Amino acid sequence: MHYNFHWRPVLQALPQMLAGCVVTVEIAALATAIGIAAGVALALGRTSANRTAAGLALAWIEFGRNTPGLFQIYLAYFGLGSFGLHLSSFAALTAGIAFNNASYLAETFRGGLRAIPATQARAARSLGMSGPQAFRLIVLPQLFRIVYYPITNQMTLSVLMTALGLTVGLDTDLAGVTQQLNVLTYRTFEYFSVAALLYYLIAKAMMLVSRLLARRLFRY
Amino acid sequence: MIEIADVHKSFGHLEVLKGVSMTVERGEVVSVIGGSGSGKSTLLMCINGLEPIDAGRILVDGVDVHASGTNLNHLRRKIGIVFQQWNAFPHLTVLENVMLAPRKVLGRSRAEAEAIATDRLDHVGLKDKLSVYPSRLSGGQQQRMAIARALAMSPDYMLFDEVTSALDPQLVGEVLDTLRMLSSEGMTMVVVTHEIHFARDVSDRVAFFHQGRIHEIGPPDQVIGNPGRPETIQFLKSVR
Amino acid sequence: MFDATVSLQDVLFMLHGAGITLLLTFWAVLGGTVLGLGFGLLRATAPGWPSLALGAVLDVFRSVPLLIQIILVNAFAPILGLDLSAFTIGCIVLATYGAAYCTEIVRASVLAVPLPTRRAARSLGMTWWDDLTAIVLPMALRVGLPGWIGLALGLMKDSALVLWIGIIELLRSSQIVITRTQQPLLVLGIAGAIYFVISFPIARAGAWFERRWHDQ
Ligand SMILES: Nc1ncnc2c1ncn2[C@@H]1O[C@H](COP(=O)(O)OP(=O)(O)OP(=O)(O)O)[C@@H](O)[C@H]1O
Ligand SMILES: [Mg+2]
Repeated sequence: MHYNFHWRPVLQALPQMLAGCVVTVEIAALATAIGIAAGVALALGRTSANRTAAGLALAWIEFGRNTPGLFQIYLAYFGLGSFGLHLSSFAALTAGIAFNNASYLAETFRGGLRAIPATQARAARSLGMSGPQAFRLIVLPQLFRIVYYPITNQMTLSVLMTALGLTVGLDTDLAGVTQQLNVLTYRTFEYFSVAALLYYLIAKAMMLVSRLLARRLFRY
Repeated sequence: MIEIADVHKSFGHLEVLKGVSMTVERGEVVSVIGGSGSGKSTLLMCINGLEPIDAGRILVDGVDVHASGTNLNHLRRKIGIVFQQWNAFPHLTVLENVMLAPRKVLGRSRAEAEAIATDRLDHVGLKDKLSVYPSRLSGGQQQRMAIARALAMSPDYMLFDEVTSALDPQLVGEVLDTLRMLSSEGMTMVVVTHEIHFARDVSDRVAFFHQGRIHEIGPPDQVIGNPGRPETIQFLKSVR
Repeated sequence: MFDATVSLQDVLFMLHGAGITLLLTFWAVLGGTVLGLGFGLLRATAPGWPSLALGAVLDVFRSVPLLIQIILVNAFAPILGLDLSAFTIGCIVLATYGAAYCTEIVRASVLAVPLPTRRAARSLGMTWWDDLTAIVLPMALRVGLPGWIGLALGLMKDSALVLWIGIIELLRSSQIVITRTQQPLLVLGIAGAIYFVISFPIARAGAWFERRWHDQ
């Protein structure tokens, strides 16, 4: 092995890379939040009596689950241009991940709703609560507990997916910043191993936070 | 007063209620007995509008439950119902379970709701379980909590649907005692039950349900002690 | 010459890319399953710190973006003096990545076989090996198969990421056609349809197995 490792420049670039981490987490959080909202809409649409709504929701879900996430990002970045909609790489990446998240979370929500017995809502109605009240006070908190871990899991996956921003030229997130540094020096291995470590730490930190939060949230 | 007049109700092609009529006066305890699938639970659900009816009329204090203008949420405040399965809200403590409806439906303050809830829970003997989650309660305790939850709305009527039939035998007594206490306090009650002895002890009148119709209704000594119809005799034989 | 329509030749070019995608998937699934079976059995049957250490190492592959792993291995192979083709590197990374997931599927499936069942088998005089091959694995297969099908499809979809190191699989070939024809929506529509046609029937079959075996 005749390769000399140079770690010093990587350490000097660490502040830039840490700034990239912030962008990475931002994109993941945004894509998860949008994914949750769209996922709830899809789950409701899928079970709705309206044929068109149910069909559209099903199409989105199956399409999202049966094509690569990278393909969905490409579609947002290159494909939407055909409609005169030119997204920035940041927006395209976020939209692609959110689209993917929604397809998976929709099925999570649908399963969660089915896991809560109808007798719970009926008991709430019998106490004089309105339909929306029964949903908000009785069904939703129980649903939240069921979908909590799948959501945090999806958010961690979203963090890992943000690295795909490279392929659409994003240069502000962790992968993008690393690539910018890389093309200047071609110290590919050094830069990207530190990036890998940072991704690992972000993923583990997220898991830890979600576990601690769960302990406070779910006492029952 | 609850007035039920010629009520018909079907699930799809299955006619479950085939013209049911009866009245329940204020302060009266009416037990409903009858075979499985005869429509007893369905009748209770129709009384507080959880199930719609196909024909006939149900009036509670003169208000037509199934008329289009009736505010059911409003009406249900004065009709408490307790189901066979324990429907505790698992994400709330015992106290929170009982406080929730007074706060959110009646708009009571937290302090008021807590006072009401504590009082009702004390009444059913659960004062030492306030901050416990329902999963930690026995079936009998959960059922008593469900009773306290309904009582916290200060209802004028209470409907009970086989509240002891999902319980282990040794827990039946504590729940029946709670029902006895309520009847002695003058609560108006409709009690669907398989506990014939209990029905005989506590009821002012007993109604025998068979295949969607009331076949016999009257004082317990008559319906249970000296039944006049072959179906009633048959049923009583089967449960003894 | 500039031809702005998608020709039959373009579609054939993309289908060739789809062939590369399937080939990558084949090697990744094969390698991942063989490794995953070994590691998974180890993790399920030999508890203690070696199993935990293996679990922690494999967890790294599940906690670092796959694209970063591809870039790292692609950069590290020459450092080691290895002259590997991009295709080989793609297969290696995807197979390791698959192994990390497959290990957990195997482990969970084996542990799902109830202990009394295993004791009963051993008490009938079966050897450890007989017990494993005749009782545990057939039962575990039912538990693990839906997850394994999901993993295989996941690898198929993730194989798109190797376009970064210059492999012309389905998505990269589509990109090339887009550059030539300037018809992104049409071309991506065709690519999406190809992915869908590969994935959807298999996903449905997996769901069918899961329902069928769940009800029993
Ligand atoms: N939501 C529903 N949809 C369809 N059929 C129903 C529904 N609810 C009840 N039924 C049917 O209506 C009939 C009467 O049911 P109901 O629960 O009122 O009987 P019950 O007298 O309470 O019996 P049990 O003593 O077993 O509780 C049964 O045949 C039941 O299967
Ligand atoms: Mg019933």
